[in-house]
Amino acid sequence: MSEAAMILHIDALRLTRRQQGETREVLRGLSLSLPAGRVCALMGVSGAGKSTVLRSVVALEPFDAGTIRVDGVSLRAGPVPRESALRQFRHKVGMVFQQHALFPHLTVHENVTLAPVHAAGVVAQQASSMADALLESLGVAHRRDAYPSQISGGEAQRVAIARALALDPPLLLMDEPTAALDPARRGALAETLRALAAAGRALLITTHDVDFAKAVADEVAVMAAGEIVELGAARDVLERPTHAATRSLLNHDMA
Amino acid sequence: MLVLTACAAPAPSSSPVKGPLAEGQSPEAPILRWGGDAEGGAPFVEADPSDPAKLRGFDVDLVDAVARGLGRSPQFTQVAWASIEQSVARGDFDLGVSGLEDRPELRARYAVSLPYFEFREVLAVRVADRERYRTLADLAGQRVATLGATLAYRLLLEAQTQRGVVPVSYDDDVHPYSDLVDGRVDAVLLDHVIAERALERLRRVTGRTADPFVIQPTVVARGAYVAVFAAQRAALRDSVDAVLAARLRDGTLAAIFKRWGVWDDQQAAYQQRLVARLDSGAPAAAGDASGARPGTGTAAAISAYLPALLRAAAITLGLSVAAMMLAVLVGGAIAAGRVYGSAVTRAMLGAYVEVVRGTPVLLQLFVLYYGLSAVVRLPAMLAAIIGLGLNYAAYESEIYRSALQAIPRMQLEAARTLGLSEWQVFRLVRGPQAFRLALAPMTNDFVALLKDSSLVSVITVVELTKQTAIYATNVGSWFVPGVLCAIIYLAMSLPLSRVARRLEARWHV
Repeated sequence: MSEAAMILHIDALRLTRRQQGETREVLRGLSLSLPAGRVCALMGVSGAGKSTVLRSVVALEPFDAGTIRVDGVSLRAGPVPRESALRQFRHKVGMVFQQHALFPHLTVHENVTLAPVHAAGVVAQQASSMADALLESLGVAHRRDAYPSQISGGEAQRVAIARALALDPPLLLMDEPTAALDPARRGALAETLRALAAAGRALLITTHDVDFAKAVADEVAVMAAGEIVELGAARDVLERPTHAATRSLLNHDMA
Repeated sequence: MLVLTACAAPAPSSSPVKGPLAEGQSPEAPILRWGGDAEGGAPFVEADPSDPAKLRGFDVDLVDAVARGLGRSPQFTQVAWASIEQSVARGDFDLGVSGLEDRPELRARYAVSLPYFEFREVLAVRVADRERYRTLADLAGQRVATLGATLAYRLLLEAQTQRGVVPVSYDDDVHPYSDLVDGRVDAVLLDHVIAERALERLRRVTGRTADPFVIQPTVVARGAYVAVFAAQRAALRDSVDAVLAARLRDGTLAAIFKRWGVWDDQQAAYQQRLVARLDSGAPAAAGDASGARPGTGTAAAISAYLPALLRAAAITLGLSVAAMMLAVLVGGAIAAGRVYGSAVTRAMLGAYVEVVRGTPVLLQLFVLYYGLSAVVRLPAMLAAIIGLGLNYAAYESEIYRSALQAIPRMQLEAARTLGLSEWQVFRLVRGPQAFRLALAPMTNDFVALLKDSSLVSVITVVELTKQTAIYATNVGSWFVPGVLCAIIYLAMSLPLSRVARRLEARWHV
């Protein structure tokens, strides 16, 4: 597939961090591409750098070298640019945080309309009906007027997805979506995410839940020590692992 | 200025003011304890400039003469002028002497001596206004200053209803005259002893040959000074009166008044009348304490003073609300500067907060109102709002700063990934959440401000506490005025706490 058809294109991403006077390489020349309509699971043990990749792609974490391009808009190495310069980029990427990070002082509906109204200048009425449609499609329309403190963890996750999709970004990032989720609800979540991909979005999801990765991902990228050590179709990687890091991940998960 | 005077005033002097021993007086003579106010108290009672540990003044000489006559030795206690009567009733000392004005309410609650000195309420005006403002009637719509809780203040309140004069109450008798010269007030009504002393002092301070103001010859009212005793000490009062009458007749009193420059023909005539009254056996009543309201029953007193208290409460509330609004705006700006600003901004704002929190608000009010009067002449109410507002802004800023810093970083990151600008993140996500956290401590501060607003009486704003003090002085008791005042303060602060609790419950944060 040509580079142009890729929604997400990460090339030679390098990121070093200073901690207590020591310089540590967190990402060491990481490259990854993801076309529209595909779900990629980014796997690896804690500390492998999965979340850092997501934070870089969503422009919360400055990186030292390489490029990130999302749907034709590039992000350069160096300090995080001013928000005004980032605005176009922000509209290309939606992010669902591990703890959802819903705004506690706003209702579910207000959480979803915040970005369209204030960041994209959509007319309030139009933003409202778009938000209602999103909440409906994610099965949380009945919690429209509730506050985040009044809804369950699973509902909060769906609201967080709706909020991240409010500007209709071609790329959706999710950080450990199964971490705080009842195992019985993982299947339903995988189904929801597959439907989003089927509608043409690219999804990059960090997880160390192998069963969930099998259920949701087209591709799996395994990270170890700031690099992608194994990359391929989900079935291939998870059933015939070639790298030690992948095998240990699978063993650990089965144990 | 008053602060400095207060610091320089002698502490309650434990060493008695010694006079030569009178005949038959043993060296271990029983002590005659007396109370007065030496703060700016010349020529009544003041610290001797050449030896601040010693007292001087005509009231001091008068007490010395009385003590000698009783075979006792005087011992002085410093007490705020407005509290002398309450203090003598508590038994803090045997008698209070400090230019206390004779009036019916005083006689109703305390034993008082014979009226030993007659004063005349006179108007002081700027030289240029000499022809314009001759009497109170000429001063309709003008600001006239005086000392709070005095006969002069009550005369002004009457002139307010009858002639539209605007009374301005001060806590001391120095600033009315300096504010007259500065143009903050248009006249001062006080007794002639105080007026003449102020004229002398300002001549000395300015060092100019031209007089800073003039004292109008028309006498607005007459009154007399008395010594005050607890009601049950009538026996002591009678012995003191006997000594005073004797010193009146033998010319000792006249000599004392001459020595302090408060003797004139009118005083001589007054003494003659007083002697005649004593000879005829008539009670030596007050001179002409016109305008005094008779203190009948509690209910009547409440209905007489409640409207004034409610008006004062409205001033307290308006002042507090305006000051709080200023504090919230400035405090919010300081907090934002300390969270978002550069290192220099943060350091400067931090210094402001430390200086304001680390110095008394009373001092800040003095500096703002009197200290800066050469540069900017703020009206009292505005100075009060600015002073309290800027003071509380320092406290508010700390509340907002900690509230802003309490909002989790992930909330801000989530808002940024949605494409909100930093200002929108602050306005839509961080600010509203911080405001909810800050609400409880803010309510607390507003209630504190409501009470701290009583401090502004030092810069002539008559608010609820000052009005209560005036009321208490007039009726001679703190009980009823104190209870009324407390009820009004609670009526203002309790609903506020309730609204805040309800908002907090609704926001379930």
